[in-house]
Amino acid sequence: MAIDASQAIAAGERVTQENDPRERVPLVLGDNDFTTVTDRVTEITLRKTPKAWYIAFSISLALLSLLVVTLIYLLTTGVGVWGNNNTVSWGFPIINFVFWVGIGHAGTLISAILFLLRQNWRTGINRFAEAMTIFAVICAGLFPAIHVGRIWLVMWLAPIPTTQAVWPQARSPLLWDLFAIGTYATVSLLFWYMGMIPDLATLRDRAKGRFAQMVYGFFALGWTGSNRHWLRFERAYLLLAALATPLVLSVHSVVSFDFATSLIPGWHTTIFPPYFVAGAVFGGFAMVLTLAIPCRQWFGLKDLITPRHIENMAKIMLGTGLIVAYAYSVEFFTAWYSGHHYEQFVFMNRPLGPYWWAFFVMVFCNIVAPQFLWIRSVRQNVWLVFIVAIFVNVGMWFERFVIVVTSLSRDYLPSSWAAFVPTWTDLGMLLGSFGLFFTLFLLFCRFLPMVAMAEVKTVMPQAHTDVHKRSDYQPDPDTPREQRKGHWWT
Amino acid sequence: MTDIKPFAMIAEFEDVGAIVKAAESVRDEGYLHWDVHSPMPIHGINVPMGLRPTILPWITLVHGIVGLLVGLLLVWWINAKTVTGVPTPFQGYEYLVSGKPLFSLPANIPILFELTVLFAAIGTLLGMLGLNKLPMLHNPLFQSDRFRRVTADRFFIVIEADDPKFEVDETQNFLNSLGASAVEVVTDD
Repeated sequence: MAIDASQAIAAGERVTQENDPRERVPLVLGDNDFTTVTDRVTEITLRKTPKAWYIAFSISLALLSLLVVTLIYLLTTGVGVWGNNNTVSWGFPIINFVFWVGIGHAGTLISAILFLLRQNWRTGINRFAEAMTIFAVICAGLFPAIHVGRIWLVMWLAPIPTTQAVWPQARSPLLWDLFAIGTYATVSLLFWYMGMIPDLATLRDRAKGRFAQMVYGFFALGWTGSNRHWLRFERAYLLLAALATPLVLSVHSVVSFDFATSLIPGWHTTIFPPYFVAGAVFGGFAMVLTLAIPCRQWFGLKDLITPRHIENMAKIMLGTGLIVAYAYSVEFFTAWYSGHHYEQFVFMNRPLGPYWWAFFVMVFCNIVAPQFLWIRSVRQNVWLVFIVAIFVNVGMWFERFVIVVTSLSRDYLPSSWAAFVPTWTDLGMLLGSFGLFFTLFLLFCRFLPMVAMAEVKTVMPQAHTDVHKRSDYQPDPDTPREQRKGHWWT
Repeated sequence: MTDIKPFAMIAEFEDVGAIVKAAESVRDEGYLHWDVHSPMPIHGINVPMGLRPTILPWITLVHGIVGLLVGLLLVWWINAKTVTGVPTPFQGYEYLVSGKPLFSLPANIPILFELTVLFAAIGTLLGMLGLNKLPMLHNPLFQSDRFRRVTADRFFIVIEADDPKFEVDETQNFLNSLGASAVEVVTDD
């Protein structure tokens, strides 16, 4: 029986959402305080390895070895082991590259953009979303590297001094890509590591074994939780978030330039950068949900990753999914309105040509499936959200397949049309890249703090003092300044 | 403990409200070399502690500008400039593509942007660590078992022994009077 807020205050009780719907849902559920949050998160890392982890890890490792085997086969034989041919010269490697790099975007969106937008609910999920970003970018980076054919000359992609006296072409999107992906990987790693320093210190202080203390201690860099340090730490976090925000938007824009600056029908269009970025966030959130929903179940994190988190992410997925749907339709409209014969052919060829099935898988997974998220009860059922997220993962892979293969297989000259058929090596590498991703992710779950404990603590009610509301609070410039050790800077 | 020189005195508190009040008292008492340690940043503590804003944003800005200039020099040199006498591996190469200008800004913006962000981000992280004097793997505070909870659920005021006002007994009484749940001397041995 709900009572109203004034009665609650008169009775000396806390105002909650029960008695006042204007009150926000707490970000951390259950009877938790700083101690229990710390226990809950560090326990995952410091306890004995559970059997289920070994089972999951063996499966991932098996998939990873599939990647290793196919890689060795590729490198010892040559790129002819792929289904790529003269016409469809960009096959699975580029599809997988765009797929994986897109997935990374959700992590940066959660860690940087939602931070700038003061979306405090992000604290529960940002750590492993950022981890997902880094592992996805590692998977992505693999494919262009092996796609160059002679991987032992891969350093020629970078502008390095060599005796051949020829440098890469800086006006080419392929070099832009190198800088975009390289910067993105580096900045994501820095951001992730910096955010983790205080939590690594927590693990250092709680670890029982000498070896664990030393390793966590080394990476915690001697963090003591000093508020002088916290002040600069939070400022650095804000600055990195401000840098990562335009960066993440630039990365998939640059990836889309690889397509958009070419003259291939279906690729040469100005809608590509925003369309790719929206698609990346859409697919990335699907992957975050795919990881978050089982993890909160298995690792006992239901109080920290609450149904509200899942619902919010489902809403973002629905929103970006609608942008993607809009982009698909605008592509068709532009093809029709352009009066450009080849452009029109490509777009008729997508639903009606030999790859119609891929097109309809894409449409069903990316446009039809997310519409269920309009229904509140679907968004609140985590396993239904999980199923939609799986559909979106599949759909976003097929989107890249449709873009790459349909445009290339039938372009200007019918005599050079060709079909693309993936080989077992192609499929093995796609599956194997999931092995790499899940192996890294499981190692992360086992050895690193999965939830940003320090950040979660800042959004708990216990962290809030009434210091600003006290009558003697005077944030005026006459407040005594510290005079420590005589630096003018601090 | 009397024959070993103390490093600092630490006082443990159990919640945020208590530590903010205590910090104000420590400041008003005239201590200079002291700090508040907590499991998470305490928002608004800079006022009771009298902390000034950090210069970190300027470090970020300078690194960003350096990244931009390095990028500009790089793309201009590798695609638009040849200077006789430079050793071959470092010689620039004039890329003439369809009679277009050797150097034009718009086509080079992506690389300039990425390098600006890259340098600024690295500068921010290293700047933050440098200003905080990290990494510092040996810290006398780690000698205290009690202090280990600072990264979990306890709040500490640390007054260093080199503070001009530091007197073991007097400081201990003062910290006890603030309502600390425990006060302890930390030595560096």
